[in-house]
Amino acid sequence: MMDTLIPILVAAVAAGTPMVFAALGELVTEKSGVLNLGVEGMMLMGAVTGFAVASQTGNPWVGALAGMVAGAAMALIFAVLTLNLMANQVASGLALTLFGVGLSAFLGKPYESVSLTVAPPPAIPLLSQIPVLGPLLFNYHLLVYVSWALFAAIAWFLYRSRAGLVLRSIGESPESAHAIGYPVIRIRYLATLFGGAMAGLGGAYLSEFYAPLWVEGMTAGRGWIALALVVFATWRPARVMIGAYLFGGVTIAQFFAQGAGIAIASQFLSSLPYLATIVVLVFISRNLATIRLNAPVSLAKSYRPD
Amino acid sequence: MSSETTASAVIPRIELRGITKVYPAVVANKNVSLTALPGEIHAVLGENGAGKSTLMKIIYGVVKPDAGEVRWEGKRVIVANPAHARELGIGMVFQHFSLFETLTVVENVALGLPGKPELGELGRRITEVSERYGLPVDPRRLVHSLSVGERQRVEIIRCLLVNPKLLIMDEPTSVLTPQAVRKLFETLRQLSAEGCTILYISHKLDEIQELCTNATVLRGGEVTGHCDPRQETPKSMARMMIGKDLPHPQHGAAKTGEPRLVLAGLNRESPDPFGTDLKDMHLSVHSGEIVGIAGVSGNGQQELLAAISGEEPVSEKHPVILCGAEAGRMSPAARRELGLCFVPEERLGRGAVPRMSLADNALLTAHRRGFVTAGLIKFSAIAAFAASCIEAFNVKCGGPQSEAKSLSGGNLQKFIVGREIMQKPKVLVVAQPTWGVDVGAAAFIRQKIIDLRNEGVAILVLSEELDELFEVSDRLAVIAKGRLSPAKPIKETNVEEIGVWMSGMWPDAGDPAHFAQEGEHAAQA
Amino acid sequence: MRLKLETRAEPSRLMGYLSPLFAAMLTVIAGFILFSALGKNPLQAFYTFFIYPVHDLNGFAELLLKASPLMLIAVGLACGYRANVWNIGAEGQLVLGAIFAGGVALYFHGSESGLILPTMVVAGAIGGMLWAAIPALLRTRFNTNEILVSLMLVYVANFLLSWLVHEPWRDPEGFNFPQSKQFTESALYPVLLPGTRLNVGFLISLAAVGAGYVFLNRSFLGFQMRVAGLADAAARYAGFNAHRMIWLGLLVGGAAAGVAGMGEVAGPIGQLLPSVSPGYGFAAIIVAFVGRLHPIGILLASLLMSLLYLGGEAAQMGLQLPSAMTGLFQGMLLFFLLGSDVFINYRVKVVRPPKVQVQLAQAAA
Repeated sequence: MMDTLIPILVAAVAAGTPMVFAALGELVTEKSGVLNLGVEGMMLMGAVTGFAVASQTGNPWVGALAGMVAGAAMALIFAVLTLNLMANQVASGLALTLFGVGLSAFLGKPYESVSLTVAPPPAIPLLSQIPVLGPLLFNYHLLVYVSWALFAAIAWFLYRSRAGLVLRSIGESPESAHAIGYPVIRIRYLATLFGGAMAGLGGAYLSEFYAPLWVEGMTAGRGWIALALVVFATWRPARVMIGAYLFGGVTIAQFFAQGAGIAIASQFLSSLPYLATIVVLVFISRNLATIRLNAPVSLAKSYRPD
Repeated sequence: MSSETTASAVIPRIELRGITKVYPAVVANKNVSLTALPGEIHAVLGENGAGKSTLMKIIYGVVKPDAGEVRWEGKRVIVANPAHARELGIGMVFQHFSLFETLTVVENVALGLPGKPELGELGRRITEVSERYGLPVDPRRLVHSLSVGERQRVEIIRCLLVNPKLLIMDEPTSVLTPQAVRKLFETLRQLSAEGCTILYISHKLDEIQELCTNATVLRGGEVTGHCDPRQETPKSMARMMIGKDLPHPQHGAAKTGEPRLVLAGLNRESPDPFGTDLKDMHLSVHSGEIVGIAGVSGNGQQELLAAISGEEPVSEKHPVILCGAEAGRMSPAARRELGLCFVPEERLGRGAVPRMSLADNALLTAHRRGFVTAGLIKFSAIAAFAASCIEAFNVKCGGPQSEAKSLSGGNLQKFIVGREIMQKPKVLVVAQPTWGVDVGAAAFIRQKIIDLRNEGVAILVLSEELDELFEVSDRLAVIAKGRLSPAKPIKETNVEEIGVWMSGMWPDAGDPAHFAQEGEHAAQA
Repeated sequence: MRLKLETRAEPSRLMGYLSPLFAAMLTVIAGFILFSALGKNPLQAFYTFFIYPVHDLNGFAELLLKASPLMLIAVGLACGYRANVWNIGAEGQLVLGAIFAGGVALYFHGSESGLILPTMVVAGAIGGMLWAAIPALLRTRFNTNEILVSLMLVYVANFLLSWLVHEPWRDPEGFNFPQSKQFTESALYPVLLPGTRLNVGFLISLAAVGAGYVFLNRSFLGFQMRVAGLADAAARYAGFNAHRMIWLGLLVGGAAAGVAGMGEVAGPIGQLLPSVSPGYGFAAIIVAFVGRLHPIGILLASLLMSLLYLGGEAAQMGLQLPSAMTGLFQGMLLFFLLGSDVFINYRVKVVRPPKVQVQLAQAAA
């Protein structure tokens, strides 16, 4: 039983990693009170940029970095629109997604049948030999470990650092934070750019290391699922991780089901992640008090200092 | 005191010269000058909209003046931002608190202090200061669980921890019971004796007389005079503040009739985790009378109003009886059919849609008076209604098509009150009728409410201003922590007693005898 | 000296009309820059992209043909957006409309009855409304965000369609391609302009625009929805039923998208395929915004958007540029619109340092 379970769990973790990056990044953004619905667009831009740069330079890490920059650049457009020009956050986020989908399709045309040579994930010597835990914890691509470190860093930042306290206070009441003297707009900019960079990194991981290939629209809604994950996790980092890996599991379920010869139409299995997203959203939203107590109070509301 | 004999030798703690601040629609401050000495309690007096808050924001660095200079301890200074103000030694307690509800007291205070204070040590300093100045508060509590008075203490403590030389208090007593106001004044006097200058912003003349040694009066953004409140009368200060005598409403005669709005054991658990539960409320408002409910915000007023208006109906029919019908579960529309009209406490965003015209806003509640046929709006009819409301209620605006948000607070409030009154209600419920409204409009609104009572309408007024309630009510009750006291005829009570009741301590609270009292009233009609 | 945004005392009506024009202009300018950067002659590229597609009657008919579903869906969406009901899943509702209408067409395949087409319209509307009812139900009963739910359902709808044309509804004589039988004449929209593909569906779309105008600007229900979108506390105060607004907002959008989906399969496509829309559901969102949620604006914006679609196809053939250019331009247009909108509520002012102003004030005093 362990023989089949471990590979499933490992595959789930790997499949969930793009969403870990994107959702953790969006979590930080939303904690500052900004709702950026453009995650899908930013992930796609990160994916296409990472792939293209990796393909041109032969170095996937430069590609990953480029993916982060691309995601942050997209987030910058959104930030200027919503934080300086006071545009509606919902509409701007949608615009960012549509733009990102279109731009990435356009930029990625030359790379559609290109293949990247990627080294297989290095098995960490010794540690990966430990029975059960070894293959479960120590057989991943480096970026997966980076995502774990990121989770720890974000959790510490939000709840144990002064800067994180300031960020959370801005998310709750930008007026009060401004009255005390904190640079609300500047901090929101940083939080938004960070979210963009993380979404870009998630996309780059997907196209460069997980797939690895580039196809138009290859994130297939992962950016939206990441947004749902933040809600499902009631804005807490640990729950984001759990949710992301659960979704990773649902995403790969179709492959394992087909492999196990279960006779369900592939389309139904493919739609499971999306149906599951709806179910978890309903589950977490039905108690209004839960959302009220955990969501950053100023989320998605425009703020303008005098 | 010391300021009289040594005025010429002492360097003022703070001096403002020629401060001007202009916004697109209004000149908030024009050529304002002010001087305050060390240890002085200096009042900045003016009615709503006179420019007091803007002036204080300039001193605190939240807003930059367009012209003029600020002198701190004799030297010219430009206050770049609140952090800079705090470095100079200026502390400010805002009218609307800048606290974060989901954080603890310690975390909130930490956010207002420079550097990275250690939270445990800070907790101890908070307790020390709170005991020293008589402002008890537990540092570990989450702010959302604190009462409004306790939150103000946190704001003050936050300022005191940096040993301020100047403390600005912006309308501090609107959220306090009379007894709490006394305590606050003791704290302020202690601070003043230690050499701290206090700028006390208010429009409450009796408080200023009690507390302050010097005053600057603002009207329409300009200084109309300086005075020593101890040498003045409320009448003379009122004249400086509004340019004429304070108006007093004329009462006329009224006859009470049948009960029109009855609360019969209203209970309600608040769905909002930060809200107040309503417990066993009894009240009855008859035609031809004004019943006032006094209470500091945060004691259940919002929940009570929502239960009466129908914005948040209760689960049973019988606790709310409107014109004889059991209305507990009815929607606001159904209650309006029965003759209820309602003026909420928020003008913009609830009583009126800011971005819509006055005509559209009239449609908001008056639509069932024949302004909609076959689902389509009768535009000219509703515009005419809005125009007659504007005329009858003296609303200064650009006409029925002006946007609601372009009106001043007082004028918009007059429009909203007028819109409700012109629908000829049987019951009128008004929340904070004159909050943030200039004196002239406030007097006008109160008079209209009294006139309406004389025509036989049952009126319920909720307000934080005791003076106002004593001026208009026939009977007065108190709401405290989700419970309602019995309603006493106004002539049989006074500010002191009501103040005590506001902390929840009315006689026989929970005693069946008090329900009998309400029942008697209902039976009398 | 720096620039500062200053709130206007009243929103500028002029800018309300001008900002979509600004946005369109900026998009064209950006297009110029883009074409140059790609090494194409900008004027020639501009001609190929924006002018050539409509240079003849057939081209003009194609313009209207593509604008038809866009304006229909956008009007439906605008009703909801005005009430802050964010239906983002119009693409999925379109697919469901196509499925339901296609189902009717396939069920009555071979019949000549004149009732088939109207039944298909109704079926399409029902399909779209059904799909939109899901986010409506979840929002009203469980407070679930309708943006995410309606979007997730887009993916589900596409998978459903894919399964149908691969399996139960696959044309047995279709050489195993995933497609349904081709619809018979009685299940296709009659052509409006002979020699072109423009069909009767266009008239339905125009009627929808008219109905949308009456609903949004003259009806009390439309007023309620506007209030709900501008200030929901005021809507509650007024006694407007918030749940009704949500249901209405979503169902109207769903019905419109469903009829548009029916129009695609009863029109240019003529059968069910794995993809029945080049993203009309999403493009309609842009049309709704660029048209300022106003039916007339939506009409004009749908023509512009349609031109962008045609331009993309033309660019692919004439300029060897990927048709993905369309998506790029569409996204840019929306961005520019959101940016230009700032001038409606704010004015740009040049801020001079304070000491100059002290002198001015003293001079004035």
